[in-house]
Amino acid sequence: MLRIRCPYCEEARSEEEFAYAGEAHIRRPEDPEALSDREWGEYLHFRTNARGPHREMWVHAAGCRRYFNVLRDTVSYEILDVYPIGKAPSDDSTGNGA
Amino acid sequence: MPPPHNTLKPHALMQRYSLPRLLAHARRHHEDWQRAWRNPAPKDAYDTVIVGGGGHGLATAYYLAKEHGVTDVAVIERGYLGGGNTGRNTTIVRSNYLRDASTRLYDFALDLWRDLSREINFNVMFSARGVLNLGHTLQDMRDIERRVGANRLNGVDGEVLTTAEVQRLVPLMNCSPTSRYPVLGASWQPRGGVARHDAVAWGYARAADALGVDLLQQTEVVGIRVENGAVTGVETDLGFIAARRVACVVAGNSGVLARMAGLRLPIESRPLQALVSEPLKPCLDPVVMSAAVHCYISQSAKGDLVIGAGTDVYNGYGQRGSFPVLEHAVAAVCELFPAFSRVRMNRHWGGIVDICPDACPVIGPSPVRGLYFNCGWGTGGFKSTPGSGYVFADTIANERPHPLAAPFGLDRFASGALVDEHGAAAVAH
Repeated sequence: MLRIRCPYCEEARSEEEFAYAGEAHIRRPEDPEALSDREWGEYLHFRTNARGPHREMWVHAAGCRRYFNVLRDTVSYEILDVYPIGKAPSDDSTGNGA
Repeated sequence: MPPPHNTLKPHALMQRYSLPRLLAHARRHHEDWQRAWRNPAPKDAYDTVIVGGGGHGLATAYYLAKEHGVTDVAVIERGYLGGGNTGRNTTIVRSNYLRDASTRLYDFALDLWRDLSREINFNVMFSARGVLNLGHTLQDMRDIERRVGANRLNGVDGEVLTTAEVQRLVPLMNCSPTSRYPVLGASWQPRGGVARHDAVAWGYARAADALGVDLLQQTEVVGIRVENGAVTGVETDLGFIAARRVACVVAGNSGVLARMAGLRLPIESRPLQALVSEPLKPCLDPVVMSAAVHCYISQSAKGDLVIGAGTDVYNGYGQRGSFPVLEHAVAAVCELFPAFSRVRMNRHWGGIVDICPDACPVIGPSPVRGLYFNCGWGTGGFKSTPGSGYVFADTIANERPHPLAAPFGLDRFASGALVDEHGAAAVAH
């Protein structure tokens, strides 16, 4: 069971209060019309699926209902960093940084 | 330490399992049974290397050798054969999917299941005891009628049962109208059932080995070598192994392997949990599944209750699952079967499933020439093992998708022709 620290509520709460919102820092293409079908498909469906540190979004669904970013190890499940939406990751060693 | 390599020649010496052989060995106190398969030293090069020695990988090797005469094949497995999701699933076999493409693929597999024990001379204990998918709401029942209708149009057996008919099949189930999630009816696929998961891996391994396939256990692939857009072999912890074709069948670790070749896949890996109870006397005949309360349960031939939970809601590679998901499944079982609330559980585990956006597999070539993927089976891989191996072997041997596999290529994520089974299949994925 994860205990996640919401950066807005500033409290560590059980994972049941949160909902997962997928990989973080996926930027919607500026001009979708300019993309090929393959590029658009990759934006929609292809994911880093990191084994190890992974940047992902969570929403505090049963709390403040706000989205934030989490850096979590997908093997040990250790939460390495929590930071608000809009903030750039501190480093991009995960391969799915901005 | 890996066991010592032996150089036993496969073909001529492989003994068939049969009743006379069993009686002969019984007279000798079963002390001199032949090893089930060789443990060869890796060669420097193979025509085809299959990465992943689970059911799907071993089935692929077997059908490559048997149907296509491609015997210069190695199956490379990091751990032991069938030690991943093949040995971690809830062994349910069915084909009552909604979409035409997936129904055809799973029903093709179901047809192979029925004769599999004879085909590979190994008792996989396939038991067609029937599969119930419960409906708990009016919308559930409408979806069930739609799905059974679609199944029957595709030639797949199916019936819509009333609450009374469900109760007759499963006397222990709480079908009271006042229960928390009343059972309003179910879909019923009599040809579905369960099989012995380990036996499927062992049977395919033995049959593939007898045809000359090298099974390389405790050998880890650490890299995929690509030159000029074509695969040339795999780096392993025992050194480089050259291959003209490399087929990756590694379920939850597909993304890791794809990255070795510089690719990304439309797949995310998550734990799926299951648990098994102490053995009981026979008390539950068919397989019972419920998408609404999310649990599935069956009783194995040994008598233990095999219970499946849902996938975690977040990515993970740890072979254990999130506790709330497990608690939810157990609560559903206790609600459906109050008599099971005192049953003690023996073991609990998680397997890493590879989930596609449309809950359908990816079978076929990749952007790297000679590199093939068979992955994305998510929570539904076991039931398709023979079919998956068959169509994947055909795809590799002929270097074009098998007709049943054609809708499941990676190209569907560019064309948009997804085969939407998420939520449409009989159980929530």
